[in-house]
Amino acid sequence: MIAELGHFALILAFAVSLFQASVPLIGAAKGWPAWMDAARPAAIAQFGLVGIAFAALTVAFVTSDFSVVLVYENSHSAKPMLYKFSGVWGNHEGSMLLWVMILSLFGAAAASFGEHLPPSLRARVLGVQASIGAAFYAFIIFTSNPFMRFDIAPFDGRDLNPLLQDPGLAFHPPFLYLGYVGLSMAFSFAVAALLEGRVDAAWARWVRPWTLAAWMFLTVGIALGSWWAYYELGWGGFWFWDPVENASFMPWLLAAALLHSAIVVEKREVLKSWTILLAIMAFGFSLIGTFIVRSGVITSVHSFASDPQRGVFILAILASFVGGALTLFAARAGTMQAKGVFAPISREGALVLNNILLAVAAFVVFIGTVWPLIAEMFFDRKLSVGAPFFEKAFTPFMIVLALVLPVGAIIPWKRGNIRRALMPLRGAAALALAVMVLVFAISTGHSGLAVIGAGLGSWLVFGALAELKFRTGSAGFSRLRRLPRADWGKACAHAGLGVTFIGISLLMAWQVEDIRTLPVGGTFEIAGYEVTLAEVHEEPGPNYTSTKATMRVAKGGREIAVLHPEKRVYPVQAMPTTEAAIQSGLFRDIYLVIGDEQQGGGWAVRSYIKPFAIWIWFGCGLMALGGLISLSDRRYRVAAGARRKQPLGVPAE
Amino acid sequence: MKRLFLILMLLATPAMAVQPDEVLGDPALETRARDISKLLRCPVCQGETIDESNAAISRDLRLYVRERLVAGDSDDQVVDAVTDRFGEFVLFEPRATGGNLILYLAGPLMALIALLLGWRFLLSRRVSPEAEAAPPLSEAERARLDEIMRE
Repeated sequence: MIAELGHFALILAFAVSLFQASVPLIGAAKGWPAWMDAARPAAIAQFGLVGIAFAALTVAFVTSDFSVVLVYENSHSAKPMLYKFSGVWGNHEGSMLLWVMILSLFGAAAASFGEHLPPSLRARVLGVQASIGAAFYAFIIFTSNPFMRFDIAPFDGRDLNPLLQDPGLAFHPPFLYLGYVGLSMAFSFAVAALLEGRVDAAWARWVRPWTLAAWMFLTVGIALGSWWAYYELGWGGFWFWDPVENASFMPWLLAAALLHSAIVVEKREVLKSWTILLAIMAFGFSLIGTFIVRSGVITSVHSFASDPQRGVFILAILASFVGGALTLFAARAGTMQAKGVFAPISREGALVLNNILLAVAAFVVFIGTVWPLIAEMFFDRKLSVGAPFFEKAFTPFMIVLALVLPVGAIIPWKRGNIRRALMPLRGAAALALAVMVLVFAISTGHSGLAVIGAGLGSWLVFGALAELKFRTGSAGFSRLRRLPRADWGKACAHAGLGVTFIGISLLMAWQVEDIRTLPVGGTFEIAGYEVTLAEVHEEPGPNYTSTKATMRVAKGGREIAVLHPEKRVYPVQAMPTTEAAIQSGLFRDIYLVIGDEQQGGGWAVRSYIKPFAIWIWFGCGLMALGGLISLSDRRYRVAAGARRKQPLGVPAE
Repeated sequence: MKRLFLILMLLATPAMAVQPDEVLGDPALETRARDISKLLRCPVCQGETIDESNAAISRDLRLYVRERLVAGDSDDQVVDAVTDRFGEFVLFEPRATGGNLILYLAGPLMALIALLLGWRFLLSRRVSPEAEAAPPLSEAERARLDEIMRE
């Protein structure tokens, strides 16, 4: 009954979205206020209806209603409650439902907070947003219905893939979708602006918070996914340049570019058409990501059970929305006149360079991701493009970006002077050089990666601090506290990027690994730590059996950690997983994995010392925090709160 | 994910990546073996290197790589030998030959084009469009200007 209720609510939401995608747009074109205003209640109703559908599916999962096909295929009565809940989106159908729910959430948010928007712009934004929703409702209802029932309910389910039975599943996909789908707001604003035929500073000010929020969520989502891979997969890799990772990385790069170009539109009224194009492309790449995951055209570890029919459907959605928006762009872009005048060496110039670097980097990732497809189609070559290619092709852009970022962030608008901009950064440059010398001295001379990466990373961190100091001038601490939040957010995000760079380069350069057979009671030494395998025993879990080891780690004879790496076997899916035991520290992680019992006695043991590993995710956290601080800037709240009453003109007499 | 593990279940005993019995005694050779393993793709998995993969064939390939290295082959020879058997599909870094040149040149070329366009745009913003678009002086204005200049 509840599943049917959910199904019905979903169909109603589809109907409402069709209404919302047509009536307000017609109203905006004809100038009928009542028709335009219909968008707001529709957006909120649509969110309510999808919410009901999602709640219904959640109830089916939580109560283990195996008469629902989806629950049977992806759940099991013995599964812990957390995974019954997060299992709702641990499959294709449920995750699409989450996707549209977040889409309608953004629409409802725009309807609620958008009271200061001009009515026609608001109607168009919500109309475009609903048309995206309508396409995806149709996709779910016609190709991926989560509410299918069995005639006769099976006794128990087939369980969720054990790798997904992890708290990571509860947070990684929702954040990722908040990011992907958040970019739909930027897209809707861009298309609405094209329909209106007007892009100005006010428009940019409305778009920025949405883009900022989407970028922030995407940052968190990607970081969580990478951290999850780090501790779950058993060898501590954190980024694989897998097609699906790339699919989330391209929108992230473009969203970062969009954030920066929208600043230029807001402050200087130039780069308008480029910003519109970026907004379209950023969401377009989100759709491409969805297509890659769902269609299975490119093989990836993330593929859901894929189905060509679904792939074709999403390709059609992608083609019509991106194609339509680009056509509109081609027709209207010429009308957008740039206003500001500035010299090439200026903040504007620096932000243009930022956009070039980020957009071309995204393009490189894109080419590498789809190349296997192109090569097979046009050159009849079956080949792979993986980490070695991306590391070589992508890294140079990040190096240039990191080199120029602190200078570009400090250089004044309109007309600047590089030498003068460098003055306040002298201290930061000296400190970054000192870090490079230090790293070179420690790393026994064999790793250029460590030296360059740590040097660039600390140049970003110290550069951000130097900028804060520069902005306060001689007024000191009291001025520092009064700096606009946007300045703090900017410094925080830029420093976060630096911290991530340091983490990645030092981890990759300095990681130490050891693989061996160890008898119970045996001890070995790795990078100054003595690791002892104290004992191994079998232990039952809720829906698995575990082989659990106790390993003691000592340094200089003093015990510093007792770790319990596990190997689990999930009987329903007949699948083993490794649960690494990690002791995180500020400067290194100790990462232990227990393997199989060996024929000659003893256990396979893999151990790693991973220097600066948590800096990678700490940096991502700083970037997201920077976004959050910027988002809380007074200007946005003022803009959101102020219903600037247009003074009603009185005709002169 | 699911498909990958179906495949793995059929092919592999549950063992993880590099096993202790595979490791070579000579650390220098072992390092080379690991570096090579990280370039080669497991032929049956979805996007894993043979270094990470649990599949039986990856184990065979890892052992083969080590065998060749012990026999005195250079890194390139080993990679070539594996590629000859399984095709260029197993190379995670495709060879820069033929059509693949596009893959390698696309990035730098795009960067060049973008920089040129960006530079042109920046130069165009130096003068205000209004000033550029100002209409030339009319006859009367020119006459008046001449008059002023003569004074």
